[in-house]
Amino acid sequence: MSRTQLVARIGRNWVVLFLFLLCVIFSFTGRGFLSLKTLNNILLTSSPALLLAAGETFVIITGGIDLSVGFVRGLISVISAIVIRDLYALGYSPYFAIFCGIVVGVLLGLLPGLVNGILVARFRVPPFIATLGMYGIANGLALRYSKGFPITFLPDEVGEIGNGFFFYLLPGRLFTVFEKPLGLTEAEARNLVGIVPYATVIAFALLFVFGFVLSKTQFGQHIYAIGGNIDAARRAGIPVEKHLIRVYVISSLFAAFSGVLSTLIFSIGTHTQFAASLELFAIAAVVIGGASLMGGKGSILGTALGVFVLSVLEVGFLMSGILPFYRYIAVGTILVFAVVIDQLFPEIVYD
Amino acid sequence: MEGERRPLLEVRNIVKRFGGLVAVNRVSMEVYPGEVVGLLGDNGAGKSTLIKVISGVYRPDEGQIFFEGREVRITSPMDAIRLGIETIYQDLALAENLNVYSNIFLGRERLKKLFNLIPVLDHEYMMQESKKVLDRLGIEIPSLRNKIKTLSGGQRQSVAISRSIYWNAKLLIMDEPTAALGVTEQRKVLNLVKTLSAQGVAIIIISHQLYDVFQVAHRLVVLRRGEKVGERLTHETNPDEIVSLMVGAELVEGGRRG
Amino acid sequence: MERVMVGQKEWLYRLGRAWVAFFLLSEIVVFSIIGTGFFSARNFQNILVAATTILLLAAGETFVIITGGIDLSVGFVMGLACVVSAKIMVMLQAASVPQGLAILLGCAGALLFGLLPGLVNGALVAKLRVPPFIATFGMYGVAYGLSEILCNNVPISGLPPLVGFIGNGYLLYYLPGKALTFFGPPQGISRADIRAMILLFPNVFVFSIIAVAIFGFVLARTQFGQHIYAIGGNIDAARRAGIPVEKHLIRVYMISSFFAAMGGVMYTLRFVTGRADAGAARMLDSVVAVVIGGASLYGGTGSMVGSIIGTLIIAMLETGMVNLGLPTYNKYVYVGIILVLAVLIDQFFPEFVRKGE
Repeated sequence: MSRTQLVARIGRNWVVLFLFLLCVIFSFTGRGFLSLKTLNNILLTSSPALLLAAGETFVIITGGIDLSVGFVRGLISVISAIVIRDLYALGYSPYFAIFCGIVVGVLLGLLPGLVNGILVARFRVPPFIATLGMYGIANGLALRYSKGFPITFLPDEVGEIGNGFFFYLLPGRLFTVFEKPLGLTEAEARNLVGIVPYATVIAFALLFVFGFVLSKTQFGQHIYAIGGNIDAARRAGIPVEKHLIRVYVISSLFAAFSGVLSTLIFSIGTHTQFAASLELFAIAAVVIGGASLMGGKGSILGTALGVFVLSVLEVGFLMSGILPFYRYIAVGTILVFAVVIDQLFPEIVYD
Repeated sequence: MEGERRPLLEVRNIVKRFGGLVAVNRVSMEVYPGEVVGLLGDNGAGKSTLIKVISGVYRPDEGQIFFEGREVRITSPMDAIRLGIETIYQDLALAENLNVYSNIFLGRERLKKLFNLIPVLDHEYMMQESKKVLDRLGIEIPSLRNKIKTLSGGQRQSVAISRSIYWNAKLLIMDEPTAALGVTEQRKVLNLVKTLSAQGVAIIIISHQLYDVFQVAHRLVVLRRGEKVGERLTHETNPDEIVSLMVGAELVEGGRRG
Repeated sequence: MERVMVGQKEWLYRLGRAWVAFFLLSEIVVFSIIGTGFFSARNFQNILVAATTILLLAAGETFVIITGGIDLSVGFVMGLACVVSAKIMVMLQAASVPQGLAILLGCAGALLFGLLPGLVNGALVAKLRVPPFIATFGMYGVAYGLSEILCNNVPISGLPPLVGFIGNGYLLYYLPGKALTFFGPPQGISRADIRAMILLFPNVFVFSIIAVAIFGFVLARTQFGQHIYAIGGNIDAARRAGIPVEKHLIRVYMISSFFAAMGGVMYTLRFVTGRADAGAARMLDSVVAVVIGGASLYGGTGSMVGSIIGTLIIAMLETGMVNLGLPTYNKYVYVGIILVLAVLIDQFFPEFVRKGE
């Protein structure tokens, strides 16, 4: 590889290097940053965001945008929590209630995407507007069902599933699979370390499946084509309208997954109105990961890296005792840098 | 036609390189006032590059440019415009959301003082002046307050041309003026070119439509691979000869047209 | 070529295009009928106050959207300006500067400071070719972080009392049949008189509408305004016509952040506090208002009048729902629906072609 090609290669994959750099820095400034516990923390808290960003990736690659994912996530979180709570209160087994909650949540999550997709594909409404409208509708509905308060009184089993790990390690003594070891003393319980959270496994599995779809299947290829040149795609016989609808359904489906997962992890159904702006962070992650808002570029892997950069920043800042507000400044700057750097480095030309 | 008249534009031995590629290789040509010159050549022959040098988008690596007898340095599009060289590119550079007279005055809007104090747009003046230039060129557009997006391709071409004329273009360079037009509109644009020529404007036309070029051009200049391979008076040549100059093949005896 | 409607009565076409105004009127009518006391001077003042923030943000946003861009940072630039103005006022007051001067300097300082985010946004978009969405989203984060740092996450209090008087005052105080005063209630009036008094035109609205009117004039009648439309319509054409596109883009983002800063200052005046999240709720409402008012996110269309109407539609909806005692969450749903409908309807209208003058 020539020198310019090497530079181009490094430049295009700067996110990985940056992530590595962040970890190195935080391991010095933060106490106990480089630990299994921190890793689990990062993985767990970034799982809902990971899902949100994954769905958004599909939409952004087609050159569109989905602003509704944050509130759809909240809406589904609230609804699934309500279903679980009410079924459990009616006397059904907690596992059944949870199952129904998940199913209802996921199925309902298809609707916003369907509406968004039809508005964009059939009615030529600009994606920003269509999803902004859905953002409002989802927000309103979520507030209506939650009245602004988190949905609580969920059965304990919810937390067990949401916060469960595949393996449990008591350093030096026990190692169990699927279940927490019984009969531990208090001291031992505090030292118990979970490895590989269920939630993360589910998230990664979904990411893997859809990442495969995006990079290896014909559908995925068509998505890139639509983003690159929608007219060319149409003329090549690609069913552009149908694919666009599918893409927005995927996005809201992932938002629904994210909402359900949130409910499981935190054992409450939440919908926050202002502070989170999760959709903007999802979009930021996708862009940091290499996608362009014009469409045609991006990948699930890149998006995942983008999410990790943001999560590591969050946890790292926290552990380093830096005020959380600096994080907003950091994210804003990194986002702009990401775009500028991507412009700077030319496409790799293969000889 | 030429005689002892001075050419309006003369380029001598222009060379333009991009990296290792020589796009224009020692090309010289002249254009006289009121003359229509067809600049022909296959893709990659150097036509676009040459006119970009003339209109200031590129700077020549070697060679000289003379305008109205004086040597000039054209370092930017604004330099060219100030000399009176206007280029009409294929995409016409019109703002679809603005109306006809706004486009004619784009960037050079006429202002008047409201209450003798605040500078505002003088719509009446711009509309009247635009009407004058359109009439002078024989262009019919029902209302100048219509937005460009409602006009046909030929009408848009006309507006773009009128804009150049209003601002006193002495040399008009047209890149593929009839490419996206239907037959009737092509005819109108070509008539416009003839009108302009009769009014003393010099015109360089780049076009792949040989038939159209033969209709309006007085002289044809053919480029191939960056070099000038031929120059003919239109009435002394025929499309076959031009094509073979463009492509570099031998002149085919049997197919000559009169 | 667009779908066209040729020749017929232009006034009919213009009427149709102005459907938003009719929608607004019908809102007024409907709420007046089914609500109680909707059609009253007092309620209209409420509407105007509710509209003020959105109006300011939307005014600045209008410029940006017409160029085909977007400014997502307005909500938190507003918060930043709010915090900055409050901080300046508190500091000056502590330095024994007279109230009026402290307030004036606080406002002026915040407004001037508010030009900076716009400068950065504009430079990023114009010079570094960063997509507006990204550039302003980045600024959103930076402004939020900065404002929280400045106020230490606690709303700033202890502002000069005159602030509240200005912020919650009205232009006209009318006691039917007896007195009409400006800026303050008439002297020496009885308790009964106070209740009978009609208050007109909240100060904050007056300040805002003046700024909006000035910039609306600039947009509609000046060369700069024309150039803004040109940039939105065809940026290459604008460039080739000699329009200083980069400079204008920077100016446009500075206008937007100026209006956001003004929104922050108005907030400070009204609520007598400096909060970083002052504009959080209104962030996207401004974009909604501009689009309902007829602008396209692709650029080239839109107007200040349209944005004002869009703002009033939203403000009136909110006030109307409160008046009817309806829960507020439905408002988000309705606004979302109106937004999408607005775009669909605008698409439905073809372009009008005149035949002869």
